[in-house]
Amino acid sequence: MKLTKIKEILEADVLTGKYDPEIEVQIGCSSDLMSEILAFGKPGSILLTSLTNIQVINTANVADIKVVCFVMGKIPDENIINLAKKNDVIVFITKLTTFESCGRLYKNGLKSCSYSNLDK
Amino acid sequence: MDDTRTTTKIQELTYELKVEDVISKDIATVSSKLPVSLLRDILYKKRISGVPVVNDGKLVGIVSIEDFIKCLEQGEMDALIEDKMTKKIKTLYADEPLVHAVMKFEKYGFGRFPVISRKDKKLVGIITKSDIIKGILKKLETAYHDEEERRYRASHIFNDIIADEVFLKFQYYVEGKNFDRAGEAATGLKKTLYRLGLSPEIVRRASISTYEAEINIVAYTDGGEIIAYIDPHQIKIIITDKGPGIPDVKKALEPGFSTAPGWVKELGFGAGMGLPNIKKFSDKMTLRSTVEKGTHLEIIIKLSDYRNGE
Repeated sequence: MKLTKIKEILEADVLTGKYDPEIEVQIGCSSDLMSEILAFGKPGSILLTSLTNIQVINTANVADIKVVCFVMGKIPDENIINLAKKNDVIVFITKLTTFESCGRLYKNGLKSCSYSNLDK
Repeated sequence: MDDTRTTTKIQELTYELKVEDVISKDIATVSSKLPVSLLRDILYKKRISGVPVVNDGKLVGIVSIEDFIKCLEQGEMDALIEDKMTKKIKTLYADEPLVHAVMKFEKYGFGRFPVISRKDKKLVGIITKSDIIKGILKKLETAYHDEEERRYRASHIFNDIIADEVFLKFQYYVEGKNFDRAGEAATGLKKTLYRLGLSPEIVRRASISTYEAEINIVAYTDGGEIIAYIDPHQIKIIITDKGPGIPDVKKALEPGFSTAPGWVKELGFGAGMGLPNIKKFSDKMTLRSTVEKGTHLEIIIKLSDYRNGE
């Protein structure tokens, strides 16, 4: 799914990063527990979370996650934005809840990082 | 800038590049059976000064803005293109080196040459002097980017160093209890490993493992250090701290077991997944801990797919 479509579905604003509407994102994951994202997030996916601290960006960075979307209208602070900029992590914000954000993306065909094909 | 060297590089490129690498392929053509008057629109809209004349994909001539003006002067706008076009035309083959095109432009002084395929003689595009300049600039730009990237990468280091054994050692100091700086070591190591030319998957596994270990140092200790040793076969990461140590190592390795304080949980960690995650992403993990003395964690990631050089 193209990033521009994800942005439209989530009614999201882009805060930072090398936003390119043509970027393809195939997989989505969502958790407020960063260890879960590290465990089963997939490279190149989008992470939806309502947790707002710099460890979300560090998690995205080490796990090769391209896009982070902060849900429920939470606005990340300046440190988060600066770290995201430094590491080329694209940051979205949306007013939607976690449930609705994930539901809309899933309904439109974005795949889940399924727990069953957990591999190294 | 060294002028002679630049000239040489461009000359080199004209031999390296083929005509087909620089030509415009999306071109306008006309059929020979059309009246000259139709050329007005094509030449004007496309802002070009000549059009190849093609019947059934086969190039039969070329008609230029000069031919059009001549017809206009002589009131021959209804004449067919085939009667006014240049029939004896010079062409280039798509697979010829670009230097042939350069020589033909010098020799004939034409504004453009139709380019045909050697196999079926069909028209594949047109080449102008500006196509040549654009093609060379583009190639130079690509070469420049490759060079920049190569200079930035250290992947050739294992090939360049002559020794029986080569190790690279990277050391990171981790501050305890400071969550604002947690992750700096892991992200630093990630960038470094990437520059060494390791595969993205290896880099990802090493940095996730290091990151979880780093979070543990920050969350539970007053500080520690992370040392990564890289040789052509493996990455060994040693994470040490000076306490408080883990009372029950076996229990600590159980997924879901956690002694994390509330502030760690609020930050998105402390769910008893750190050590299990490290185990999952590494090829070998060894954990030793002595209460009040400290913890020693060793992670090994094998580099079976280490790519030398490139």
